[in-house]
Amino acid sequence: MSDNGMRDIAIVSFAQRQQAAIPTESEVEFMVPLMAAAKDAVGLTQQDMGFTCSGSSDFLAGQAFSFVATIDGTGPVPPISESHVEQDGAWALYEAWVKLQCGDVDTAFIYSYGKSSPGSLRDVLATQMDPYYVAPLWPDAFAIEGIAARMLLESGKVSERQLAEIASRSRANAVSNPHAVRSELKTVDEILAEEYLADPLRPSDIPASADGGCAMVLAAGDRARELCDRPVWIRGIDHRIDAHTLGARDLTTAMSASIAADKVGVNDDKIDFAEIHAPFTTSHAVLTDALGLGEEVNINPSGGPLAAHTMMAAGHIRFGEAFERIARGDGDRAVVHATAGPVLQQNMVAVLEGE
Amino acid sequence: MTYSKSQDPSSRPAGLDVEVTVPDSIAGVERVQSVRTPIRIEYTYTPGEALSAYLRGMKDKKILAERCPKTGQVFVPPRGVSPVAGILTEGPVELPDTGYVESFNITRVPIASRPELEPPYVSAWVLLDGASVGLMGLVINCQPEDVKLGTRVRAVWKPDDELEMAATNILGWEPTGEPDVDIVDIETIGQKGDLE
Repeated sequence: MSDNGMRDIAIVSFAQRQQAAIPTESEVEFMVPLMAAAKDAVGLTQQDMGFTCSGSSDFLAGQAFSFVATIDGTGPVPPISESHVEQDGAWALYEAWVKLQCGDVDTAFIYSYGKSSPGSLRDVLATQMDPYYVAPLWPDAFAIEGIAARMLLESGKVSERQLAEIASRSRANAVSNPHAVRSELKTVDEILAEEYLADPLRPSDIPASADGGCAMVLAAGDRARELCDRPVWIRGIDHRIDAHTLGARDLTTAMSASIAADKVGVNDDKIDFAEIHAPFTTSHAVLTDALGLGEEVNINPSGGPLAAHTMMAAGHIRFGEAFERIARGDGDRAVVHATAGPVLQQNMVAVLEGE
Repeated sequence: MTYSKSQDPSSRPAGLDVEVTVPDSIAGVERVQSVRTPIRIEYTYTPGEALSAYLRGMKDKKILAERCPKTGQVFVPPRGVSPVAGILTEGPVELPDTGYVESFNITRVPIASRPELEPPYVSAWVLLDGASVGLMGLVINCQPEDVKLGTRVRAVWKPDDELEMAATNILGWEPTGEPDVDIVDIETIGQKGDLE
């Protein structure tokens, strides 16, 4: 128990796979080995899990109820306590965290995945817009981010060169990440020389789309200490939502991210590194500001979503990347962020600490 | 910008306090009552490795299932995973195109979107010989009243020159005339798996 009466909950294992496209395997076929790896790492079976929660969207692969087929991969016999969110896996993690706080279970299994390659993700994402005024226009997701990017540049808060610096740094960080799908080094000038894809966004400014997924085990208190040498504790977690209507909010800020960062005490102590779910260089710039991350903070040592962005798992993978880094001793305190919806509409912020 | 607690997230953004007016050029235009904005997403669907093998087998009139290495259960159509054990299945396991009716339903009402289904027709779960789960299909070339639980059936395939990589190659299932399978206990249907 913490001083505030909350249970201590930790990430104790993680497994991921991301590649530019997984053409032949179905979602459940590529998730089964990941699910097994996360459980085997701590010697648990599905029947040891107090709760199971997953995040995915059937719109990506274009198959109705594909999330139900994926539950088969957990081995849900005898029947298990299970839930699903049509949301990034970070929100599945949040649901599991709440379930663990309730105190009736001590372990939880969380997985998320996305296979976007069968469709055109920038068109599929139009289905998340409001169904009356925006979705019928069938707006391209990159074009919407381009509008927000133009507003950000015109606000004077960031320059195209600064966006290119973010993109260049992501590529450099991604070189050591075996799951990165975009790690070819490029200088700032090389990036500025790229043709616009969705003016003012260039190819290096947009997420590196990937197919894949991840699996994770959470455990509470001493159960976490039994399961691994260095549990990574979730010291605070909060998520907030900005207005869905794009015209009703200032797209050059992310107030919901700022509120969440404030609630979890992002800057109450030294930050060793941050893993933020910034799909675009513009979202990276807005979030750095919104979370109050100083220049000294190492942001996205994995390369982040600019190096590998598996829709529906990218936020969850930020938790996993931070877990692995802290578990092997590369830092003690990390800030983790996940987002959902158009132009940073929904934001989750957490603080992780090693044992 | 950092978040300030004095900011009220519920306050109305200044940008919304703008009066909306219609330009003179369209002032006399009839008011729009409704618009239609058809939307469409196209996919290059990939069914996965196990199901791809199943569909390829269909082209050669072969029914290719997969087996759970832990429980021994045989799944058709194969989804690549054993839902009991939570592990990948192994295959292919070729099954004969014969089995028996495990469960069925006679439909006497037409469906507007399926004019080719002329009532009355029989849809059934057909348990193939060697399979652990039923396969859905129509029982054809007989009177609906002739179908019973346990009726032995055989696949009716499309002509060889019309075969595709598709499950629709099986037009339906027709009774073989063999004696019915004696279903004494619904729990004993199929080949059971055991995790122990």
